[in-house]
Amino acid sequence: MTPFSWEHFLAMGGYAAYVWPAFAVFFLVLAADYVSPNLRRRRNLRELRTRMARQTARQQRNPSSP
Amino acid sequence: MLRRDLTLAWRRRGDIAMPVLYALIVTTLFPFALGPENALLQRIAGGAVLVTMLLAILLALDAMFRSDIEDGSIEQLMLSPQPLALMLGMKILAHWITTALPLIVIAPLLAGMLHLPAPVMPVLVYALLLATPLLSLLGAVLVALTAGTRRSGMLLALMLLPLCVPVVIFAAGAVAAAQQGLPWLAPIAWLGAALAMALVLAPLACAAALRIALDA
Amino acid sequence: MANWIPLWVHKLSSPPNFYRFAGVVRPWALALALLLGAIALYGGLVLAPADYQQGDAYRIIFIHVPCAWMGLFIYGLMAVAAFISLVWRIKLAEVVAMESAPIGAAFTFITLVTGSLWGKPMWGTWWTWDARLTSELVLLFLYLGVIGLYHSFEDRRQGARAAAFLAIIGIINVPIVHFSVNWWNTLHQGSTVRILGPSKISGDMLWPLLTMMVATKFYYIASLFGRVRADLLAMESGKDWVRQIAQQEGQS
Repeated sequence: MTPFSWEHFLAMGGYAAYVWPAFAVFFLVLAADYVSPNLRRRRNLRELRTRMARQTARQQRNPSSP
Repeated sequence: MLRRDLTLAWRRRGDIAMPVLYALIVTTLFPFALGPENALLQRIAGGAVLVTMLLAILLALDAMFRSDIEDGSIEQLMLSPQPLALMLGMKILAHWITTALPLIVIAPLLAGMLHLPAPVMPVLVYALLLATPLLSLLGAVLVALTAGTRRSGMLLALMLLPLCVPVVIFAAGAVAAAQQGLPWLAPIAWLGAALAMALVLAPLACAAALRIALDA
Repeated sequence: MANWIPLWVHKLSSPPNFYRFAGVVRPWALALALLLGAIALYGGLVLAPADYQQGDAYRIIFIHVPCAWMGLFIYGLMAVAAFISLVWRIKLAEVVAMESAPIGAAFTFITLVTGSLWGKPMWGTWWTWDARLTSELVLLFLYLGVIGLYHSFEDRRQGARAAAFLAIIGIINVPIVHFSVNWWNTLHQGSTVRILGPSKISGDMLWPLLTMMVATKFYYIASLFGRVRADLLAMESGKDWVRQIAQQEGQS
């Protein structure tokens, strides 16, 4: 077995142009997929908080209405 | 029921002519796009006619239940004592008669424009006779699913594509086999079997889909 | 009688409980996925020897094949959840089915892209109308149809039920498509390339592949749970437990 070298590893036997984009696609797509629900969740919660704040503000102004 | 739909369609004859006109236009465009050599046109004729038919049917599919949903008569259907699946089957049949049948009638003409050899013509008509009702039935289920939504044109195409891949393959396969002088009965038989299955299952699925989409 | 299992399932399937459960499981699933994925990549990219025919290009297999498996696996799971949601009308099953679709579509998309990146040096073309490739493309369209139908309804639950129905139609369709495309291909006698054809896969290559497969499964759990959590919060935004969470996160 030949000793490990970064250059040899990155060259991928001449197929670097195909191997590395494939892995890049894999990681980028999955990362986007993983992050998107987090963002959606945070946005939803923020909207809910502003709605709740509006509600309490209205209640303080005229306590008779629900 | 069947008579009602047919008379309704007859009153709007312009709508029936639309898919036919569309198919005619698309077929005329093929030679312009690909060049007028007979040999090339002959090779693609079967497939081109089939795809044109498919697109023309897709164009008309959207309207299948549209007016009934708008004027509320579909809800009356759902409440009527007759089984909903049967009534929907009738509606699909009426739709097939008004859109697909005219298309099949002009199919030999279109194929002739593309120089499809005459002996292959009957095979093309058989394939269309089996493939178009299959497409109408499959399409009806999807149309029923989108009944509750407002815009559905592009979505319908996206949903129909995976379902119609096998239909196109077998129909085009039969025509291609006939063109090469090979036996073409097997793909036709497959289409027939699929049609028999769809005839039984599709109206039931259509009824279920409509109930889901209209939430009744 | 051991009726604690249905009881446990019933308790778990209530939205606030599942929200908490998913929140606990999710980081562990992600950690396992990353750990196993790293091991698999080390094994696949560094330890495994180059293929004697394909050189180093075959290393795309370590992501391509697990993603293809996941594309099919998630579709099957989505159809099962869709069936459950239509028959028993369980809200959680609806959410699981609908949130599985984008993940499955992502895996199918990766499969297609990596497959074409692998096909270019090996077969000399980005795309060929091979039976497997065509079926995979049809699978992607099925996923997109389900997602599109779900989002075209204004009422989420109604959209979920309609899309669930489509998913079930789709799973009947997948074997039919595969069969017909195979038939079509033998008729055309075009490409006779087989992806796993030439090389009998050896142990050095097999274990990273299987490890990667397990890693993607854990990734799916992590991603699905994250999506389900976000969806549950959005669906139940009027309920008390969601308001509490909103307030807690607002303070911190």
